[in-house]
Amino acid sequence: MIEQKLQEFKVGGLNVHVLPSKTYKTNTLLLHARSPLTKDTVTYRALLPYVLQSGTKEYPSRQEFRKALDDLYGATLNVDVSKKGEYHMMTFKMEVANEKFLADDRPLLERGLDLFSSVILSPNVSDNAFDSSVVEGEKRTLRQKITSVYDDKMRYANMRLTEEMCEDEPFGIFVNGQEEDVTKITDVSLYEYYQEALKSDQLDLYIVGDVEVSVMEQLVKKYFQGIEEGSRNNTIEAQQKQIDQPREIIEEQDVQQGKLHMGYRTNTTYEHEDYFALQLFNGIFGGFSHSKLFINVREKASLAYYAASRVESHKGLLIVMSGIESNKFEKATTIIKEQMDQMKQGNFTDEDLEQTKAVLKNQLLETMDVPRGFIELEYHNELTSNKRYVAKWITEIDKVTKDDVVRVANKVQLDTVYFLKGKEEAANE
Amino acid sequence: MNKVSFDQLQETLYYEELPNGLQVYLLPKPGFNKTYATFTTKYGSIDNHFIPLNEKEPLRVPDGIAHFLEHKLFEDEDGDVFQLFSKQGASANAFTSFTRTAYLFSSTMNIEENLKTLLDFVQKPYFTEESVEKEKGIIEQEIKMYEDNPDWRNYFGLIGSMYKNHPVKIDIAGTVDSIYKTTKELLYTCYETFYHPSNMVFFVVGNLDPESTFKLIRENQAGKEFEKPQHVERYFEKEPEEVDQKLVTIPMNVNTGKCLVGFKDRKPEKQGKDLLKHELSIQLLLEMMFGQSGENYQKLHDEGLIDDSFSFDYSGEHGFGFSVVGGDTDRPEELGKRIKTMVGEFIQKPLNKDEMEGIRKKKIGYFLRALNSPEYIANQFTRYRFNDMDLFEVIPVLESITVDDLSKAMQEHFLTETQMSECHITPKGK
Repeated sequence: MIEQKLQEFKVGGLNVHVLPSKTYKTNTLLLHARSPLTKDTVTYRALLPYVLQSGTKEYPSRQEFRKALDDLYGATLNVDVSKKGEYHMMTFKMEVANEKFLADDRPLLERGLDLFSSVILSPNVSDNAFDSSVVEGEKRTLRQKITSVYDDKMRYANMRLTEEMCEDEPFGIFVNGQEEDVTKITDVSLYEYYQEALKSDQLDLYIVGDVEVSVMEQLVKKYFQGIEEGSRNNTIEAQQKQIDQPREIIEEQDVQQGKLHMGYRTNTTYEHEDYFALQLFNGIFGGFSHSKLFINVREKASLAYYAASRVESHKGLLIVMSGIESNKFEKATTIIKEQMDQMKQGNFTDEDLEQTKAVLKNQLLETMDVPRGFIELEYHNELTSNKRYVAKWITEIDKVTKDDVVRVANKVQLDTVYFLKGKEEAANE
Repeated sequence: MNKVSFDQLQETLYYEELPNGLQVYLLPKPGFNKTYATFTTKYGSIDNHFIPLNEKEPLRVPDGIAHFLEHKLFEDEDGDVFQLFSKQGASANAFTSFTRTAYLFSSTMNIEENLKTLLDFVQKPYFTEESVEKEKGIIEQEIKMYEDNPDWRNYFGLIGSMYKNHPVKIDIAGTVDSIYKTTKELLYTCYETFYHPSNMVFFVVGNLDPESTFKLIRENQAGKEFEKPQHVERYFEKEPEEVDQKLVTIPMNVNTGKCLVGFKDRKPEKQGKDLLKHELSIQLLLEMMFGQSGENYQKLHDEGLIDDSFSFDYSGEHGFGFSVVGGDTDRPEELGKRIKTMVGEFIQKPLNKDEMEGIRKKKIGYFLRALNSPEYIANQFTRYRFNDMDLFEVIPVLESITVDDLSKAMQEHFLTETQMSECHITPKGK
């Protein structure tokens, strides 16, 4: 697997990446559409993929479209939206069975590609507007999605931390947009935005499976006509910020368990040479079940079931998360801060470093076993000018020294501590 | 070493039962970086009443003890097993379900060491009073995390409304009270009773060589001593055929409500091919009734009653079985009513053969997709094995199901008057 490399070519304004592989029983198609994250467009973008997947010119209703998928031996189509650094991503993904494992041998991939392209390029449109009942239905669903973030307390705490920490930066914008903006969108304005996105988004199509590159090139040319070259180079660098004094935000709700989320600035992104040292830093500090946070917050102090950290690669953030008793806030934050100090002082062994290298390399190889995982790893290179192909990551990890990790640790700054605590315990504190 | 080939799927499975009773299965997956191994005992949260090994009287143990035991096995005399796995470049984990406890690792390197570590730590319990006490705080937080999770509360609320006596209604982790009743001695009793090799399955899938992997496992097991295999007597109170309560409503601190509708199997005693056929039939029927390509989904969506969270599933084991339909909604009562009406109308009408063929194809495609995942193969294969079913029979059985089979399963399962329960989550104070 590791030697395998993507074959790349362009069709109009579309970048195509093909990975031929005989490992899977299905073929995967994935399209990332990317644009800088802004308050004005985010709500449109959160809605658009869901309207597009509700029907095409050929199959105008959801029911007809889903039947067409079923006929391809249960091909699946999923859409979602996400943030990568200060970009907003709309993602379309289709998986279709490889006919070689079926009694039926009709070419499923070509039909899949046809259907997939029609979601993106031939929507159900009349008089320069999407179907208004579809748009209204999806607006309702989006509104519900925005309000129900509150219901998942871990996600809620994470959203609140990001909102507070990156108040004046694009990264602080919520990925599903603003509730008040949902109402303003119409079938006409959404169609206008769709046309604009098609012209200006960076579009990357990935095809992973038992395929031949030359055949794929013909098929993509056939089904993805009309994507103009245009100016799609929208590469931006995420905003960075120096922190003088960390902030603390405490909110109360009716919850059984307090949610402690701590946001740090790493001042190191995928762009930097220190990126792999940052991955090792995170692995020793809080990324795994052998890390300092797991050992000290959970195993030694019995304060939590989970205590972990993760890195946002393109914005340069490190987020610590733990679920604790509401009256254990001081104790938990003290332990977490102590672990960070230990990292800065280089209080970890060479063995810790080697162990973390082994786990990171393993994680990387495992991620590459899954088509979507492989695509996500490779896509990092579309977001930056510092391109490093996944096959090289292993050697980059091996090169990291203890000094590198300590240097990276000393760039990390605490920005905001957010704590969602329970109401009843508040009285006992 | 026995070998079975599944030509259409291009898979070969190797199998052996060792002298101590352990069943070992290996599935080579060339092209994968990763090897994934599970070591599973047929012992889960429902096994709370049984005769302990070498004793005569039945014992009732505190709720959540199987899960507690799962946590504690990771501790060894020499320290923490997670550490050892990560030094060997593996990531280890475990889970407890209603009927199983599984220990697992995945790794792309040092496979032999990791296989030995997995076999050894599960077969070497080491509990001290101090470490058992320490674990209580951790599990307490795990329980509280789930108490704040509305989907979890909705699911267990629904099971609790369907079942009167069966321990499937008990939360897998137990309650804060019950875990504080757990002792070191009780953990050893449960361990000795349920972790005999003859009650367990070892499954390895990935980039492996069957000959040498078998050799390693055989030698590892031959070097350990076990008691003779004994049948474990497990007790379950008699469960009424009908659901216990028709509706349970749980107010929570949420913005959006939820509604789940459940159908309880009347005679959940099927095993083997009968259970496989039943399970696949119910899944096909659910897909026909509520799949995205059906009329009902479109209607519920147009009526503003459902969103992307809407889903359905069937789970069945010996002793219990139920299907679940529902999701987020701002009108839980109305959604419950609509589902009930739709099911009622569906079972009145004859089944549409063309529609059934379409859904059958879709299920076959889904199954192929699932076979990309080593995790799915190992866990699902083991669950099937414990119920005398065979994962690689799924496609042939799917292909053999007739309209009559479906119609029979439908008349037996989807009875809205006696077998149906609902659980609603409603926003507090709204």
